[in-house]
Amino acid sequence: MKRTRLYEFHKKSEAKIIEFFGWEMPVEYKGVIDEHLAVRTRAGLFDVSHMGEVMIEGADALAFVQHLTPNDAGRLAPGQVQYTALTTPAGTFVDDMLVYCLDPEKYFLVVNASNADKDYAWIVDHKKGFAVETENQSDAYSQLALQGPMALTVLQPLTELDLAGMKSFHFAFGKVAGIDTLVSRTGYTGEDGFEIYTLAPNPGVLWEAILEAGRPHDVLPIGLGARDTLRLEAKLMLYGNDISDKTTVLEADLKWICKFQKGGFLGKAVLEKQLAEGLTRKIAGFELVDKGIPRPHYPVFVYGRKVSDVCSGTYAPFLKKSIGLAYLPIGATALGTEIEIGIRDRKVRAKVIPTPFYKREKN
Amino acid sequence: MYPNDFRYTKEHEWIKIEGGEAVVGVTDFAQKQLGDIIYVELPEVGKALEVHQAVGVIESVKSVSDVYSPVAGEVVAVNEELNKAADLVNKDPHGKGWIVRLKVKDKAAVEALMTASDYEKYLEGLEA
Repeated sequence: MKRTRLYEFHKKSEAKIIEFFGWEMPVEYKGVIDEHLAVRTRAGLFDVSHMGEVMIEGADALAFVQHLTPNDAGRLAPGQVQYTALTTPAGTFVDDMLVYCLDPEKYFLVVNASNADKDYAWIVDHKKGFAVETENQSDAYSQLALQGPMALTVLQPLTELDLAGMKSFHFAFGKVAGIDTLVSRTGYTGEDGFEIYTLAPNPGVLWEAILEAGRPHDVLPIGLGARDTLRLEAKLMLYGNDISDKTTVLEADLKWICKFQKGGFLGKAVLEKQLAEGLTRKIAGFELVDKGIPRPHYPVFVYGRKVSDVCSGTYAPFLKKSIGLAYLPIGATALGTEIEIGIRDRKVRAKVIPTPFYKREKN
Repeated sequence: MYPNDFRYTKEHEWIKIEGGEAVVGVTDFAQKQLGDIIYVELPEVGKALEVHQAVGVIESVKSVSDVYSPVAGEVVAVNEELNKAADLVNKDPHGKGWIVRLKVKDKAAVEALMTASDYEKYLEGLEA
């Protein structure tokens, strides 16, 4: 089992620790609901050091990234980030990820913890013919995320970086609590916030400094349980649940990351064909009408016939209702379509609703 | 911490004799493990139960857990309050968070279950 450099802090805070894809991680501290609401109304601090990081550098770095991904990395100036994916030739997902442009010849990829080794092997397998160097830096980096409406207020006193001036999906290098970091205005919760990466051997200094600075605002440490309920309310994808090598980028409702005009990329031909012919299925959001909690793998019924299984599902602590995502036949994706979820021996009524389920007020 | 007049099971249910009936719930240890409880599925009044048969389901945000009947019996009442406030199981697991009331034929079967001090020793063994 692997542990992040912050493990002892989580134990000291009496976190409930679980196994997560080879990592011992905090699933909750005070409780999933309290933590979820803290992020929506104040701010919360996550240890996401288990995520993977890959550096791609060289004369062909941009061409290589363009080949591997559907989004247009050519639009990124140094200091910009974009959400994208590693796609297969079938237009399905190896993983979803963020790409940071450090330099026109240097790109920093941040990938899911569950896929870090697989993604790096994929990248290495595909680099023939490209003048690039690749490095798996996952073990070297620690990563914290401070998310919530108070995140900027809490973090600003700890850094000389101009956080208010940092636009969404942009980043900068600077010191936070005296520690060298890369700070980006990104996150996985649907709130404003910052993700903080460091190579420092002592990220505990950062962890404690942020929680201390957050004390007047009752900022809490947040575990993986609330991380999942928060991202699902915001309809952010989770590899393995919502996207996989069996779902295409278009079926996953991520057409916006497909920039076909940018040039060739793995899976482009299949995706273009699928766009032209129309989808036969697509991921849709639903809410339960009857009491219950939909969970991954529960069967989904349309007109009494099983069509798929729930991808992600939960009781949403902020919205105070049960929500989920599932792939539905394209005809059943219309808003208001009545579906049923099999929960143990009952068929529980649900209906297709717009997503994201939660969208923060922009100020 | 664990009431002396209750008896306990390895699956973290408690049972308390009240006259000719027994009240059943889950222990403080169980509610901590479950986390924030959202729903409790209650059985039908009148349902006949064998020992270890599922008598209800507790749904928390991150898990689903069956509640098992500590003894054979018949459901004579369910805690309707849990339909409005499932978190009573978190807040008062040994009191207002009770789950069902059973008519029990064999009181000796209840007495034979773990006492409070047996259960506390059992918990220490789990946490070791």
